[in-house]
Amino acid sequence: MSEPVDLFAQQEANRRRTRRLVLLFVLFFAWLGFGGDWILRLATLDAPAAAYHHTVPWGGIGLTLLAIGLAWWTRRTGPESVLAAAGAMELEHPTKAEHVQLFNVVNEMSIAAGIPRPRIHIVPDADPNAFATGFAPEQSHIAVTEGLLALCSRDELQAVIAHEMGHIVNLDVRLMTQLAGLVGAVALVSDGVGRMLRQGARGRVPLRLASRKKGGGLGPLVLVLLVLWIVSWLVAPLVCRMLALGVSRKREFLADAMSAQFTRNPGALASALEKIERAAAPTMSIRQASAHLCIADPLGRRVNLREGRLADLFGTHPPMPLRVARLRAMAYQSLKRAGGVPVPT
Amino acid sequence: MLGTIFLLVIVGGAVLWVVGAYNGLIALKNQVANAFKQIDVQLLRRHDLITNLVETVKGAMQFERDTLEAVISARNQAVKAQGSGSVPAMAAAEQMLTGALGRLFAVVEAYPELKATANVAQLQEELVSTENRVAFARQHYNDVTTQYNTRQAQFPTNLVTGLANATPAELWELEDTAKRALPKVDLGLRATPRA
Repeated sequence: MSEPVDLFAQQEANRRRTRRLVLLFVLFFAWLGFGGDWILRLATLDAPAAAYHHTVPWGGIGLTLLAIGLAWWTRRTGPESVLAAAGAMELEHPTKAEHVQLFNVVNEMSIAAGIPRPRIHIVPDADPNAFATGFAPEQSHIAVTEGLLALCSRDELQAVIAHEMGHIVNLDVRLMTQLAGLVGAVALVSDGVGRMLRQGARGRVPLRLASRKKGGGLGPLVLVLLVLWIVSWLVAPLVCRMLALGVSRKREFLADAMSAQFTRNPGALASALEKIERAAAPTMSIRQASAHLCIADPLGRRVNLREGRLADLFGTHPPMPLRVARLRAMAYQSLKRAGGVPVPT
Repeated sequence: MLGTIFLLVIVGGAVLWVVGAYNGLIALKNQVANAFKQIDVQLLRRHDLITNLVETVKGAMQFERDTLEAVISARNQAVKAQGSGSVPAMAAAEQMLTGALGRLFAVVEAYPELKATANVAQLQEELVSTENRVAFARQHYNDVTTQYNTRQAQFPTNLVTGLANATPAELWELEDTAKRALPKVDLGLRATPRA
């Protein structure tokens, strides 16, 4: 797969891929919900006038409402609980030199991004990491660990903050919360239905299907669709999670490219990422649920470090070497445009 | 009947599109104005800070009157240009100020006792930040302005530019490509400004 090198082209490419993935996700979700209604409608179409006809897609509506409810719940308790869980302290009037620098860097990057300055928090953790949270640019937060402040040079800190600023500008927290709502609804329902099916295996459900079959109500098309639908539900929790992780990884690439746009110094982010990766110990204070908001996977999972099938499917973050390589390519290109690349003679 | 509905749909779609394109242009126009104001704010901060800087180093730099005077006069020029509100004049004046500041920092390197004072160290971080803020405000302004100007020129949005009263906005350009990047204010580490 050839990758565009230019940072704006990269941004566009990643936006396009996110759109495609989200569309796929929504379509799959609709099939899980409204698809079932449609099958039931087909199945009850030829039923006698007095019998039940499935006309209102209650299943789909219910599943959608469940997802909205879950997203709303996360949203209500979101930013504060993430910050509180990390033990973050807000930085309002910096006095220490490194805090003053962080304060200035965040100010600079909010100017570069053209958004109001997010509130700044410090997480007392020696492992270098940073994350952003908040549902709108006007009420966002950026938190960095003490380890990050100690590890990074000013330029590198700036690049990391710019990456987080990219998440804020792109409304990634909102997007990922909405997707988490969909994933959660599917997981809940599939869990519940699975339990019901196991309990009802000897009882009512198959019996009812069988009796209707005897009456000739189910045509072959309906049967095929039904089997497809049930199989979809069986794999749904896994597929939904993978789709959400796929979106998460695209958003990381996008945030990297946003950082490059804001600082015009992609090399700084590349070297910051390398430093962070070398320090790769789990960031204990950041919960797994907010992993996708961090600059690097707080769990330090090896899966994010490798390229390959597994990493492609299960990491919240793209493989570190790939991120660094793309940033270095951007840095090289901007250097070339400025005429600064030595010509081999 | 069907023809009427078809016509209505087309007209409705066209109206919706015009509204969308118009609003998009107006939003960008406001962003450009906003970004320009941000440069203004940061320049003001810069000019204030330079007064501070000159006060701080004045005593220790009796022999470098020329350099200091150049900074002061460049600053006054820049303040005047800011008052005029013309983008090219401001860009030129700020660029001169940047050059004068760069020379001042090079000279400060020769005064170790000056570099060592806490006051100067604090001032250094503030100056780095201010130079960055000016540069990033300018960059944001240029990014938004480019987007605005491109949108105006593109078909089919260019059909409603007149309606939105949109005219191309001026980019904040530097004359010399070598001076694209502001000099790194680095009182402690390096003598030469990074060009």
